[in-house]
Amino acid sequence: MTKKKISGREMLFQICMIILFVVLFIICFYPFYYIFIASISNPQSVTSTSIRFLPIQPTLSNFRKVLELNGIWRSFIVSLARTVIGTMVTLLFTSMLAFTLTQKELPCRKFFYRFAVVSMYINAGLIPWYLTMRSLHLKDSFLVYILPTALSAYCLVLVKTYIESIPTALEESARIDGAGYFSIYWKIILPVCMPILAAVIVFTAVGQWNSWTDNLLLVDDNNLRTLQLTLLEYLNRANNIASQARTGGAVVDGSNITPFTLRMTITMVVTLPILIVYPFMQKYFIKGIMIGAVKG
Amino acid sequence: MEVAKRSKKRRYLTKGQLVLLGMTLPSILLITVFCYLPMSGWIYSFFDYRIGYKLSNSEFVGLANFRYAFGDTYVLKVIGNTLIISFLGMLNLPIACAIAILLSEVRFSKFRRAVQTVITLPNFISWVIVYSIAFALFSTDGLITSLIASITGQAPTATLLSNPATAKLFMVGLNIWKSAGYSSIIFFASITGIDPELYDAAKVDGAGRWHQIKFITVPSLLPTLMVLAIIQVGFILNNGFEQFYCFVNPVIRDQIEVLDYYVYRLGMLQNDVPLSTAVSMCKTFVSVVLVFSVNKLAKKINGQSVI
Repeated sequence: MTKKKISGREMLFQICMIILFVVLFIICFYPFYYIFIASISNPQSVTSTSIRFLPIQPTLSNFRKVLELNGIWRSFIVSLARTVIGTMVTLLFTSMLAFTLTQKELPCRKFFYRFAVVSMYINAGLIPWYLTMRSLHLKDSFLVYILPTALSAYCLVLVKTYIESIPTALEESARIDGAGYFSIYWKIILPVCMPILAAVIVFTAVGQWNSWTDNLLLVDDNNLRTLQLTLLEYLNRANNIASQARTGGAVVDGSNITPFTLRMTITMVVTLPILIVYPFMQKYFIKGIMIGAVKG
Repeated sequence: MEVAKRSKKRRYLTKGQLVLLGMTLPSILLITVFCYLPMSGWIYSFFDYRIGYKLSNSEFVGLANFRYAFGDTYVLKVIGNTLIISFLGMLNLPIACAIAILLSEVRFSKFRRAVQTVITLPNFISWVIVYSIAFALFSTDGLITSLIASITGQAPTATLLSNPATAKLFMVGLNIWKSAGYSSIIFFASITGIDPELYDAAKVDGAGRWHQIKFITVPSLLPTLMVLAIIQVGFILNNGFEQFYCFVNPVIRDQIEVLDYYVYRLGMLQNDVPLSTAVSMCKTFVSVVLVFSVNKLAKKINGQSVI
């Protein structure tokens, strides 16, 4: 790699590799670019096949119309709320359990750890799960988005592995100063674990934002509908909505929105938050995968 | 020593232990309620239960639901679909491995990083969005469908979204598109961990790139590859529900219906709670046995337990 001069064969190899990876890049990137240009094109002059590389008569009015649609804002708030609250709750429970499981003084430590890890592999099945949630009165409740995922066994293993790698001298000196377990957890362990907690935040927040099965199965209340399920419903009946938007009061400036543009714009609204935070979260989830790869 | 042990046993919990238990038990309660408690629902599989009725009024039917599940040809077809889609999905690993090996041979670090960033992205979007994108690109008037039509010069008889012959491959392809880049991160990490002296020594001995990959990189990645493959075998019956819920349609349903979707359709759409529960039970049982035996195997290969 340190050689300065590039031989002809090497050059050929590099060019082939670059072509290969440019193709791969396009395969992974173009779909996102496509929904982006479709969502900002003028709906009247665009069809799914006429648009390829550049937006046609760029406009932001599609977004305005989509956000005026009934329920989109509310769903956005619900999805945001479950992402923020759900992530904080998961973070708290998971890190606290990870901490206590590293403390030798905890009674039945081995049992608790096994109990938590085995839960990763036990799946009662969709219907038994559904019936249990219903009997716990979690049907049509916001809590069904938060509580079932409040403890992630996978993240538990990540955090516990990380805490075990911290030098124990830190905890011991705090204990000599008279600190109790909770203040050791809160004031020492949590700040030190920030790198791995960031990975947990990324995994959990993405999972919460993208989650909709719980909504589909257990929440019929429109006020609690997540953005993902709203998108799915719009996808399945985009034709009706577009005609509604044409005849209803939503259309202000007389330009209509087609089913195709409508689908693409809602998709963009749902994808955008991920695209925006993605560059910032990349280094954290890579760290999480590394630790996960070592410990499983 | 013995006396100390005995007196410790007799004592009540110390204050520290109480605090620790207080911090532990809420989480343990959550696991119990949301993971283990639903297993109590397995009892439905032994009754002729209908939603809305009481279990005590339902007839006990023993193993009839299990017998039916194993005798039904459609269930066997669903299991077949599940296994085929899972096994083809394992191509994900060699592809991710190849991406990592080849990309790490590229000299331009900015290009490397850009490719890595973009190929990881699809992993972070939901199946609903994948469905939306696929719908835009592959439906009858979709961009790629019309592109293929203009290249071949004839209108396609069926789109990828509703072609029974290619439905399984299409599902597997989408899955690989979504996850291969993400899986390659682990291999990148392993490659960075290889001792550079090995390569230097090989260069001194006159080994070219191909020989370096063949005799250093690939053997170093093999344990990782094996362990990941073994983990995937453990989860072979779990294809996930969301992908198939989005993409299923009447034309291709019997081609891509997998267990995770089948138990949903049985239980939620046809209200056959006992049969759906029985199928889930068998699935979980097989999965647990697979995971634990596979874990033993991984221990032998890697000297390290996966669980």
